[in-house]
Amino acid sequence: MSTNAMIVAFYTMMRKEVVRIFRIWSQTLLPPVITTSLYFAIFGAFIGSQIQPIEGFSYMQFIMPGLVMMTVITSAYAHVSSAFFSAKFMKSLEELLVSPMPHWLIIAGFVCAGVIRSFLVSVLVIIVALMFTHITIANMFIILAAGVLTAILFSLAGLLNGIFAKGFDGITIIPNFVLTPLTYLGGIFYSIELLPEPFRTLSLGNPILYMVNAFRHGFLGISDVSLWVSFGITGLVTLILLLLTLWSFSKGTGLRS
Amino acid sequence: MQSPAIELTNLRKTYRKSGKGAGETEALKGATLSIPQGEFFALLGPNGAGKTTMIGILTGLVVKTSGEVKVNGVSIDEDLSLAKTYIGVVPQEFNFSLFENVQDIVVDQAGYYGIPRDEAIKRAEVLLKELGIWDKRKDKSMALSGGMKRRLMIARALIHKPAILLLDEPTAGVDVELRRGMWKFLRELNEAGTTIVLTTHYLEEAELLSRHVAIISKGNIVANEPMKELLARHGDKKLEDIFLEMTSDDPTP
Repeated sequence: MSTNAMIVAFYTMMRKEVVRIFRIWSQTLLPPVITTSLYFAIFGAFIGSQIQPIEGFSYMQFIMPGLVMMTVITSAYAHVSSAFFSAKFMKSLEELLVSPMPHWLIIAGFVCAGVIRSFLVSVLVIIVALMFTHITIANMFIILAAGVLTAILFSLAGLLNGIFAKGFDGITIIPNFVLTPLTYLGGIFYSIELLPEPFRTLSLGNPILYMVNAFRHGFLGISDVSLWVSFGITGLVTLILLLLTLWSFSKGTGLRS
Repeated sequence: MQSPAIELTNLRKTYRKSGKGAGETEALKGATLSIPQGEFFALLGPNGAGKTTMIGILTGLVVKTSGEVKVNGVSIDEDLSLAKTYIGVVPQEFNFSLFENVQDIVVDQAGYYGIPRDEAIKRAEVLLKELGIWDKRKDKSMALSGGMKRRLMIARALIHKPAILLLDEPTAGVDVELRRGMWKFLRELNEAGTTIVLTTHYLEEAELLSRHVAIISKGNIVANEPMKELLARHGDKKLEDIFLEMTSDDPTP
C-alpha cells in the first residue's frame, strides 16, 4: 500500500470515528462531563472547602488534574474497547481486515480515535473546572505529553480488551473491577505523602499514580513521584501494550480463525 | 504467460479448539486448484465442506495451516497486502455496521483501499445505481431488506474495482426476480473481465452462470473441470445428482 493510500485509509478511519463520537455525543461526551461536574461540586466545593490547602493549592485545584486524567483514562479505554468489540460483534471489523491496510495502521486508527475522544472530553471537563476554580499551568508541554501518552496507553489497553473479549460482559469486567479501583487509588483525591505505611508503598505499585502525578506536575508543578519515573513507567507500559497488540494482530489471536 | 487469478497448492487448514470439547477439525486437506483470469468459477460443496474456509484464507480472515496461495501471481505469504487489493469479497453473513448509512459503508470501504473520498463517492453512485439501491443511500443499513443488504455487500466488494470477486452464497434468501437481476449483473461483470468465484447451494445457479466447476467435499477437491465436460461425462444426469453422488457418504439413493 502506497503512503498516499495509507494516509487516505487512516483519514477514513478517523473521519468515521469522529463522526461516531459526535453522532452519539450523549453517550460519548456528555456522561464524563456530568460525572466530573459532580466530583467538582461534591468533593471540590462542598467537602473541599473544609480541607486545608495542599502544598499551597486549594483542594479543588489539587484534585482538578487528577479528575481530568480520570476522564482521559476512562474515555480512551471505553471508546476503543467498545468501538472495536462492536465492530467484531457485528463482523464489520472484516471490512478492515480484508482491506490492504497493514495491521499497524488499523491499530493506529483505533488508538488515535481513542486519543481524540479523550482530548475532546478533557477539554470539556477543563471548561467545567474553570467554573469551580482557578486553573494554573506550570508546563503545557508536560500536560500534553502526559495526557497524550496516557490516552495512547489506555486506548491500547481498550483495544486488547476488545480483541480478547468474548462477549459484551468481557469489555465491562476490566473497567469495573480493575480500572476504577486503580484510578480511585491513583492519587486523584489525595497525596500519597498523607498515607500511612504500608499503603504509601503499595500505592507506588499502581501505574495510574504516575500518570496522575505527571499530569498534576504539568498543571501545578508538584508531584509525589519523580516526573522522569512517571514518564518512564507510562512509556514502558505503553510499549508493552503496543507490542502485545501487534502480536495479537499478526497471530490473528481473537481476530481471525 | 498470464498468472492464474487464484492458485492454491496443497492448501491445508486445521481448526483447533481448546477447553471443553477440545479437538481438531481438518477443514481443508491439501486442496490444489488453479482458476484462470476472467473465469466464472463455481465452487460447490455441502455445508462444512471447506468453501468458506478457502474464501477466508484468500481474504486474510482465516490463517492457513500450510500450503501455498497465490492471487494474480502474488503469494499471500510474501505480500498479503498487495494480494488483497486484487480481491473483492461478498461474504455469506452480513458484515457491515447496522448503524451506518448505505453510502457511507461503501465509501468508507473505498477509503480503506486508499481511494480518495471524492472518487469513492462517484464510484459508489455508479454501483448503487446499477444495483438498484441508490434511493436507499441515506438509509441506515439495518433498515434494508435481505436482498438489498446482499446488493449493498456486492457494491462494497466492487468499490475498489477488484480483478477477482469472491461470492459466498450471494443469493441466499433472495427472491427469484431479484436473483435473476443479480445473475444478469454478475454475467456482465464477468464479461467485462472480472474473475468470479461463486459458492452457492443453488446448483441451477451454478450451472447457469459458471463455465468451470470444482466440487469440494470434506476438505478435498473431488471434481475440477469445465461445467460442460462434467455434465457430458455423466450423461443425462443433472448437476444435482452428480453433486450428491460425489459428496454423499452413501452413494445409494
